[in-house]
Amino acid sequence: MAVDPQFREQALGQVGDMLAPGQTFASIDQDITGLVLNKKAPKAWWLAIFVSGILLGFLMLAISGLMFYGLGIWGINTPVGWGIAIVNMVWWIGIGHAGTLISAILFLFGQNWRVSINRFAEAMTIFAVSAAGLFPVLHLGRPWMVYWFFPYPNTLNMWPQFRSPLMWDVFAISAYVLTSAMFWYLGMIPDLASMRDRAKPKIQKVLYGIHALGWRGSALHWHRYEVAYTLFAGLATPLVISVHSIVALDFATSLIPGWHTTIFPPYFVAGAVFSGFAMVLTLLIPVRRVYGLQHFITLRHIDNMSKIMLATGLMVFYGYLNEVFFGWYSAHEYEMYMIWNRMTGPYAWSFWLLIFCNGVVPQLLWSKRVRTNTIAIFCIAIVINIGMWLERFVIVVTSLHRDFLPSSWGMYTPTFWDWALFLGSIGFFAFALLLFIRWVPMISIFEVKEVVHKMEHKHEA
Amino acid sequence: MSTEQPIATLHGICAEYTSDTSLLAAARSARVAGYTVMDAYSPVPVHGLHETLGGKRTKLPLVTLLGALGGLTGGLGLQIWVSVIAYPINVGGRPLLSWAAFFPVTFACTILGGSLATLLGMLIMNNFPEPYHPIFNTPNFEAASKDRYFLCIEAADPRFEVGAVQTFLAGTNAVAVSEVDV
Repeated sequence: MAVDPQFREQALGQVGDMLAPGQTFASIDQDITGLVLNKKAPKAWWLAIFVSGILLGFLMLAISGLMFYGLGIWGINTPVGWGIAIVNMVWWIGIGHAGTLISAILFLFGQNWRVSINRFAEAMTIFAVSAAGLFPVLHLGRPWMVYWFFPYPNTLNMWPQFRSPLMWDVFAISAYVLTSAMFWYLGMIPDLASMRDRAKPKIQKVLYGIHALGWRGSALHWHRYEVAYTLFAGLATPLVISVHSIVALDFATSLIPGWHTTIFPPYFVAGAVFSGFAMVLTLLIPVRRVYGLQHFITLRHIDNMSKIMLATGLMVFYGYLNEVFFGWYSAHEYEMYMIWNRMTGPYAWSFWLLIFCNGVVPQLLWSKRVRTNTIAIFCIAIVINIGMWLERFVIVVTSLHRDFLPSSWGMYTPTFWDWALFLGSIGFFAFALLLFIRWVPMISIFEVKEVVHKMEHKHEA
Repeated sequence: MSTEQPIATLHGICAEYTSDTSLLAAARSARVAGYTVMDAYSPVPVHGLHETLGGKRTKLPLVTLLGALGGLTGGLGLQIWVSVIAYPINVGGRPLLSWAAFFPVTFACTILGGSLATLLGMLIMNNFPEPYHPIFNTPNFEAASKDRYFLCIEAADPRFEVGAVQTFLAGTNAVAVSEVDV
C-alpha cells in the first residue's frame, strides 16, 4: 500500500485533509482494486466471516423453529403483540438511513468527503433494510402468504387495504430497498469497468465485464451518467425521509398512549440517521484499520460523522424530552401514567439505560479529542447502537404492556427464539457485508479520483 | 453478397493523452478542424468535454419525470380503483375515496417509477449492456479506466481520411496515435 508514512503519523494525531496527499489516479486505482484483486483476505476477514456464518446458522435455526412450531415460540402474547421482532425491524431500517443520507443528501449538498465512504454505507443500507424486511414477514404467522400484501388479481377476489399503515410500510420499504439497490449499482458501474480492466484471471475479467455492462468511459456516457446520478440523489432524498416517517406512522396512527403522537415521524427520522451513522462508524473503524485505509478514510471523516451523530443525537434527545413534557402537559390520565410507568415501572431499567446511552454518552462528542480518537468513537458508536435498540424497545414494549385497562396489563419477556432471530439477522447482515468487501471495490474509485483531480486543480490555480 | 464494396475494417483513429486538459484542447481543435463524428474516453467525467464534442444535453430528466408521473398515476389509480370499485368496504359510512390515506403509497410508487425510469433510461440510451465495442481494440485502452484519456475520430466522419486524421492527432500533444479496427 502506497501510504505516505508521514501522513499516517499525522492522521493518527489530528484532523487532516479528506484524502492523504501525494495520491495519483494510478495509485488510487491500484490501492482500491487491489483490496479485491491482489490481496488474500486478511485473517480478520476470515475470523469475521466464520463468526457471522455461525450467527447465520442461528437465523436458519430461528426460521426453521418458527415454521415448525409457529409464532407461539416467541414471547409475544396479549397485550404485548409486538415484541422484539418489531424492535429489530425498526432498528435495522433506521441503520439503513445513513447510507442514503451519505450517498444522496451529502451529494446534493456538495460534500466531497462523502466519496470515501458512500459505497460502503450504501451497501450497509441495502443489507440492513433486507435484514429489516425479514421481521415483519416472519411475524405474519404464515410467512408463505406474504404475497397477499401485493395487489394482484386473485381467485379470492380480494384486494389489500390501502388505508392501513402496514400496507404503506410494504410499499415504502420495497421502494426504498429497490431504489437504494439501483442507486448503488449505478454508482458502481464505472468501478466495475476498472475491475474488469485490472483483473488478471479470465473468469474475473468475464464476471466483472458482464456487470460493467460494457462501460468504456465515453464522454457521452459520462454525461448521461452524471445526470442520472444527480436525478437518483434527488429521488432518494425525499424517499429516505419518507420511509422512516411511514414506519413511525405504524405507531402514530394507533390509539395506544405512547404511540399516538405527532412527533414520531421527524423524531424517528433523526433517530434513524443517528443510529445509521453509529453503525457506519462501528463498521468502518475496524475495516479501515484491518485494510489500512487511513489515507482514504481519514480522521476528517470520523470527525464529520461524529458531528452528525452529535447533532442528530441532540434531536433525538429533544424528542425524549418532548414526549415526557407532553405526557404531563396533556393532563390525560393514560398519557401521564404511560410516562410515569416508563420511568418507574417494571421496564424502568430500559428507559434509564436509553437515556444514558443516547442522552448522556453522546455528549462526549463535543470534545474534539474524543471525535478524533478512533477507539473512543468506536465505543461510543456501539453504545449508541445499543441505545437506539433500547429506544425502540421502550416505545414498543412499555407502551403496549400497560394500556387502558389494568385488568389487561401484562409483561413481555423475549424467548430464546426471539434472540436467535435477532442474532441471526446480525449474522445475515455481517455475512453479506463481508462478501461485499471481498468482491467489489468498497470505496468509489472514480469519485475519489475526481476529488483528487479537483484538489490538484485548486493547487495549480 | 454479390456487391464488391470494400468492407469497412477501420473504426477510427484514436489518440491517447495523459491529462484532461490535453484531451479537452484536442477535442476543441478537432471541432475547429471540422470533425463531427468522434468520441472521447476518460477515467473520470471531464466537465465540458461532452459539449466540446458537440453533444446535446440529455433528455434523461424527461424520462425520469415521465417514469415518476407514471408511478404516481399508476399507484394512485390502483388504490382508487381497488378502494372504490373493485373492493369497496363501508366502514361506518366513511368515504370510499379517502385520498389522504392513499398518499404514502402514491409517493412510494412515484419515487420507484422515477428511479426505475432513470436507471433503465440511462442504460438504454447508452445502449448497455454492450459487451463488445471496437474501441476496446485500441492499444492500452485498459488505461482509460485508470489514468489515460482517449480521443477517437471515427471512420464514419464525412471528412475522415486516414493520413490527414493521423497527422492532425499527432499534432495535438498525444502520447500515442493508433488505428483501431472494427
